[in-house]
Amino acid sequence: MDPKLKKTKDSSSNSANSPDSTHSSFLFPDEVLERVLSLLHSHKDRSSVSLVCKDWYNAERWTRTKLFIGNCYSVSPEIVARRFPRIKSVTLKGKPRFSDFNLVPQYWGADVHSWLVMFAKVYPFLEELRLKRMTLSDESLKFLATSFPGFKALSLLSCDGFSTDGLKAIATHCKNLTELDIQENGIDDFGGGWLSCFSENCSSLEVLNFASLSSDVSFDALEKLVRRCKSLRILKVNKSISLDQLQQLLVQAPQLIELGTGSFQQELTPRQYEDLETAFSNCKNLQTLSGLWEATSLHLPVLYAACASLTFLNLSYATLRSDELAKLVAHSPNLRRLWVLDTVEDKGLETVGSSCPLLEELRVYPADPFELDLHHGVTEAGFLAVSHGCRKLHYVLYFCRQMTNAAVATIVQNCPDFTHFRLCIMNPGEPDYLTNEPMDEAFGAVVKTCTNLQRLAVSGLLTDLTFEYIGRYAKNLETLSVAFAGSSDRGMQCVLQGCPKLRKLEIRDSPFGNAALLSGVEKYETMRSLWMSACNVTMSACRLLAKDMPRLNVEVMRDEGSDDRQADKVYVYRSVAGPRRDAPPFVLTL
Amino acid sequence: MDKIPDKLSSSSEKNEVLNLEETELRLGLPGSEVSDKKAGNGFPLFGKDLKDETNNGFSQNPLKNIFSGAKRGFSDAIDGSYKWGLCINGGSEVDLGKNDVLFSPRGGGNGGVKNTNILQSCQPTTPQPVEGKKNENGSTTPASKAQVVGWPPIRSFRKNTLATNLSRNNDVTGKSGLDCLYVKVSMDGAPYLRKVDLKTYCSYAELSSALEKMFSCFTIGQYASHGLRGKEELSECHLMDLLDRTEYVLTYEDKDGDWMLVGDVPWEMFTDSCKRLRIMKGSDASGLAPRVIEKCKNQN
Repeated sequence: MDPKLKKTKDSSSNSANSPDSTHSSFLFPDEVLERVLSLLHSHKDRSSVSLVCKDWYNAERWTRTKLFIGNCYSVSPEIVARRFPRIKSVTLKGKPRFSDFNLVPQYWGADVHSWLVMFAKVYPFLEELRLKRMTLSDESLKFLATSFPGFKALSLLSCDGFSTDGLKAIATHCKNLTELDIQENGIDDFGGGWLSCFSENCSSLEVLNFASLSSDVSFDALEKLVRRCKSLRILKVNKSISLDQLQQLLVQAPQLIELGTGSFQQELTPRQYEDLETAFSNCKNLQTLSGLWEATSLHLPVLYAACASLTFLNLSYATLRSDELAKLVAHSPNLRRLWVLDTVEDKGLETVGSSCPLLEELRVYPADPFELDLHHGVTEAGFLAVSHGCRKLHYVLYFCRQMTNAAVATIVQNCPDFTHFRLCIMNPGEPDYLTNEPMDEAFGAVVKTCTNLQRLAVSGLLTDLTFEYIGRYAKNLETLSVAFAGSSDRGMQCVLQGCPKLRKLEIRDSPFGNAALLSGVEKYETMRSLWMSACNVTMSACRLLAKDMPRLNVEVMRDEGSDDRQADKVYVYRSVAGPRRDAPPFVLTL
Repeated sequence: MDKIPDKLSSSSEKNEVLNLEETELRLGLPGSEVSDKKAGNGFPLFGKDLKDETNNGFSQNPLKNIFSGAKRGFSDAIDGSYKWGLCINGGSEVDLGKNDVLFSPRGGGNGGVKNTNILQSCQPTTPQPVEGKKNENGSTTPASKAQVVGWPPIRSFRKNTLATNLSRNNDVTGKSGLDCLYVKVSMDGAPYLRKVDLKTYCSYAELSSALEKMFSCFTIGQYASHGLRGKEELSECHLMDLLDRTEYVLTYEDKDGDWMLVGDVPWEMFTDSCKRLRIMKGSDASGLAPRVIEKCKNQN
């Protein structure tokens, strides 16, 4: 460590004027403390450490290299720069989660640029940037690419505001790039030319994911890139890559651990088919498989050889039937995570239950979310079947059109270790289809049985009873998503008063009003954020909240044409940075 | 388009042709017109009988809901053409990304630009609409459901990808029983859009006469639709002739998102690539329609 820097530190800690600090620095030299703390990686642990005493606060801030900011508006670039001098990796999250579902207007904010400017000044050796739900422009990407000579890893999830031109800048200028991970962003795709911008000297890529981009890339450029990057372990291509092209890529990169295929439908000659099969069987390290667009039973068998080592199979873009899935999972006994479309139906899920005893995570997405036809998709039967066979299940995301209280109760009895239970009964306010009762008892069973529950998303017809249960039993709950549920303020009050670990609460279209909002006045500072939209909150209550709690930002967005007194969309979050300075006109900061 | 309101209110004959009664905006509880339609297999809009409103706790301000779009998601019955994604080739007709204002004027879009959509609805244009395609203002229909902003909670990327997948699969395997190709038709200056099933026509001539009938009440000035054809050689598209006179041009958006002049390509190619139609004011279409201008010159 630079002795000059150390001196400054010592004097500042000595000037703390407490006998303890001098005493402890005699007993426990900074170097030792820092050495120990540099082994700490979890940001939660580091937060705890920093609260112990001033010495530890300082030691911690000097040794922190990875920055995690769950809400970009909870703190400012300046504050961060002052506190942490040595950051190499940043994770920044921006918009409220409901922005994924179009509930947040465009140009809301969460622009990364001011952060980048600060990073360039204070962290010139920044290596990694991971953004989620942030807005960034092509200019920002260019700035990023040219301001950090050692930049290695860029991950963009659910971001917007940029185009493939920005990616060109990254590919061109980041000579030591190890990771480029572009997922599900609202991006303007002007063509696949960005891929060709990687220099011929670039051989450091370990992660390349462009699965969600639509344009064709130069296959020649891609193949050469894959060939030179011997450390490539994650490759997820987009739909423009055909099966025979995939085969050529696999031949160059049999060491892959995660593969996202391109389009899985193509007329292949027998020779090509065989080559593809061989290529897959040579991938001995494959743990994750995704992509598989338009996959049919014609080509799925080429995968069987690779399935034995698979732990994560993402079929959520493949409209498979139950028999097709059955064959696949029969070859994949080691699956821990499985994502499917509901085209596999209950029958398909039954085969999952019988073939994948190690399954820990299941996600079933709807192939046709706006279709009301009850005869397609999955029901409670499929979920039950999986719970019978996969007792280690702890994460579920399940879209269905019908559910019963009894089924859910049985499911959680079979699998009491749920940490993430996200059930989406797609018709809002849908009751138990057998008894016609509310689904209160279902979620009651979940929170009573699954004591480790961290994340819960509720749906169906729900009264305040559901929330009473949640408040009473869900003592480890951190994230709760509510839509079209509840009967009165009491519901929300129960949750706010009862869930000590609650961090994120997002509510839409539910009858919670001012009393509910204000009952959490003391709670919100312990949480990351609260979102309420299309509820019954008025401006006056929001103003009251803002006035009483200066360290909360209370932001309201009003729908056009609605009553001046209604607070249609309310976003409340704790912040040490004060109110936003970049709020657009439609965001009212109270 | 000052004349439109007059025409709407005074012409009961037009009412029948255009189903205006069904498009008439009324105040009332969402779903309160259920009794006018057949109950069908009853998927009531709210999952429960509306009279039981308090069960769901939605007991306040139902009137506001009809016009306030995203406030109460259900009331997006106004813009509920949920079947678009299935019937139209290509994904972006179901572009439910961040600029989606089909279902809410404010939830996804940037404020003011597309607010007029709230009052536009998509009307069935064929005499026997496919069951479930009908969506009227503020009413429920048996096998259909209003779309709610951001519900079910699925990210745009997934929604768009799956919509493309489905329509492609349907084409390939013929699984779907829906042999239709509904596209939206908008006309500059008209207060609402219409929908046509391109599969019910086999030529540009048929399409143009259908559109003619549909939108005749909105064109400026009176004209006898027959009188204009005259003795000159009929062009491929009657509508274009008609529209020449009234300075309108028929255009369509193709799969790549480009706006093209109708009539250039063979009919089959057109129906394969057409995602929506727009009857543009001629002055706006100057970039698109050198042929039209040529024709005008020739005919005049």
